Amino acid sequence: MPSMATTTSPTTRRTATPAARGRQRHTIANPRKNGMLTFFTGLFAFYCLLPLIWLVINSTKSQTEFVTTFGLVPGERFALFENIAAVFTHDDGIFLRWLLNTLLYVVVGATVSTFLAALGGYALAKLEFTGKRVFLFVVLGSISVPGIALAIPQFLLFAQVGLTNTPWAVLIPSFLNPFGLYLMWVFAAQAVPTGLLEAAKIDGAGEFRTFVQIAMPMLAPATVTVLMFSFVAIWNNYFLPLIMLKDPAWYPLTIGINQWNKLATTAGNGELLQNLVITSSLLTILPLIGAFVMLQRYWQSGLTLGAVKG
Amino acid sequence: MAALTHTGPVAGAPAPASTPRRMRTRRRQIGWAFVAPFGALFALVFIVPIVYAAYLSLFQERLVGGRVFAGLANYTKLAADPQFWDGFARVVRFTLVQVPVMLLLAMALALALDSMRLRGSKFLRIAIFLPYAVPAIVSTLMWGFMLGVRYGLFRNLNDWLGTSLDPFRPGATLVSIGVMVTWAFTGYNMLIFYAALRAVPHELYEAAAIDGANQWRVIRAIKLPALRGSLVVTIIFSIIGTFQIFNEPQILPSMVANSGITTYYTPNLYAYNLAFTGSQQGYAAALALVMAAMTIAIAYAVQIRGMKRALQD
Repeated sequence: MPSMATTTSPTTRRTATPAARGRQRHTIANPRKNGMLTFFTGLFAFYCLLPLIWLVINSTKSQTEFVTTFGLVPGERFALFENIAAVFTHDDGIFLRWLLNTLLYVVVGATVSTFLAALGGYALAKLEFTGKRVFLFVVLGSISVPGIALAIPQFLLFAQVGLTNTPWAVLIPSFLNPFGLYLMWVFAAQAVPTGLLEAAKIDGAGEFRTFVQIAMPMLAPATVTVLMFSFVAIWNNYFLPLIMLKDPAWYPLTIGINQWNKLATTAGNGELLQNLVITSSLLTILPLIGAFVMLQRYWQSGLTLGAVKG
Repeated sequence: MAALTHTGPVAGAPAPASTPRRMRTRRRQIGWAFVAPFGALFALVFIVPIVYAAYLSLFQERLVGGRVFAGLANYTKLAADPQFWDGFARVVRFTLVQVPVMLLLAMALALALDSMRLRGSKFLRIAIFLPYAVPAIVSTLMWGFMLGVRYGLFRNLNDWLGTSLDPFRPGATLVSIGVMVTWAFTGYNMLIFYAALRAVPHELYEAAAIDGANQWRVIRAIKLPALRGSLVVTIIFSIIGTFQIFNEPQILPSMVANSGITTYYTPNLYAYNLAFTGSQQGYAAALALVMAAMTIAIAYAVQIRGMKRALQD
């Protein structure tokens, strides 16, 4: 964006000499571009993109060429579509099952957790009730408890009630999003005018209806952010499904890929299927990267929220 | 989105005839109805497991006699367990190096983006953030292949140079994991810093320009102080993250041989192995609780220091 602004919007500075008028003029908001700075930032961006470039290049190679050719140049044969077909047909098409499992966990988990966070965050910001401060204090304190410390007792508890090895074992813990509640609380306090809520109640709307029809639309930017980040957290979750699920039929993509990778590396007597591991990895990250790139306007504004209040 | 946020008040039905006082007492507690679903879930997946872990940590699994009450024996055993302290020391060393490096990089990048002096800054911003969207398993696979000497770029490099560099030799593995973690999270922290910088009122920069302040002075006097709040948040979240590092050391041994990764390489890996392969659940629960307590203590210490600093200024 700023780079466009340099060429399209002529800035009006009275001190500019006639000679300078033809060239770009620079202000505080629009300073001269710096080549060195761009170079070093670009270098870091290269570090960030290199593994992704490597992944794209190698998903177009056959298993043989993956082993024999240099990692950063394409092979002689373009085998991407063969690899994709192999990913979807290997082991009776279990990859599709893993993809659908992941979608189930992500869609249900992110929707429920975001709704509960919005409901709770709104109430904490806009409604008075006894015990509110204690509730907030306990929930915010829980954010710094490492998730893995919880997962082991969660597993043991779920095992006792027979929930392990079912989708519930992954879904129920993902319904809880304390950081989402915090974001919603901060946002509701700023963005939802109390007067409007009062007006709705005077008009006879119940508390819940006021929340759904008045507050929810105003919470939309925070909702997109919380939804997006819980989407990523659940899509990328590894530890929880790793300990909760034994049956490959309920695996999400992350655990499924890990299983293929283990098969691929027990080479010798195992099968060589690194091309499947690499292509399935690419297919796993594409939806998220696509969503982030397309929705950046929304989640970037949401991040501002956490940063300023923090 | 803009249209949604400006939705006007909904014309409600005519007010029902209810006494104002009943309304008020009901309204005072109706907040609980809103937080109840979250609260119930919180009790179920947070409080109950913690209490259960505390209970379990008082028991030991014995070959003869099964699960027996052991008092605080698990905790005293942990205090004297060289494998636990080896993993703990490794995580502390990792945190002391990786977190400052990552946050300094993130801050420098955020300042560079905010300076408006970059070409293609929109592309750079999203490119640096993208690794955040990549699952740890995929990230470990990519870096494991790339840095590996069997298939990866280091095999090619060693072939060309005649060297035998190995990023996953026991002494270097932790550095390689640092490269992976830094790759994954620098962009996220950068965006948090960047968002804080964007919130600085523009008039401050104009005033600084009138005073003749140069770029460095503006950074020191305006931008760095504006980053303090988000710095506390990012330090806390980074420490929580590095203290529970698990995915990379759990996945890597299946990719590279002789990486030096032991079953107790990090405390979480140790807890996992104790609980699921060693079936020492009481001991694993004690370990998890001790790690959680230490993480919380450090997070609070950072927060209190950050608040003190803010008060002094």
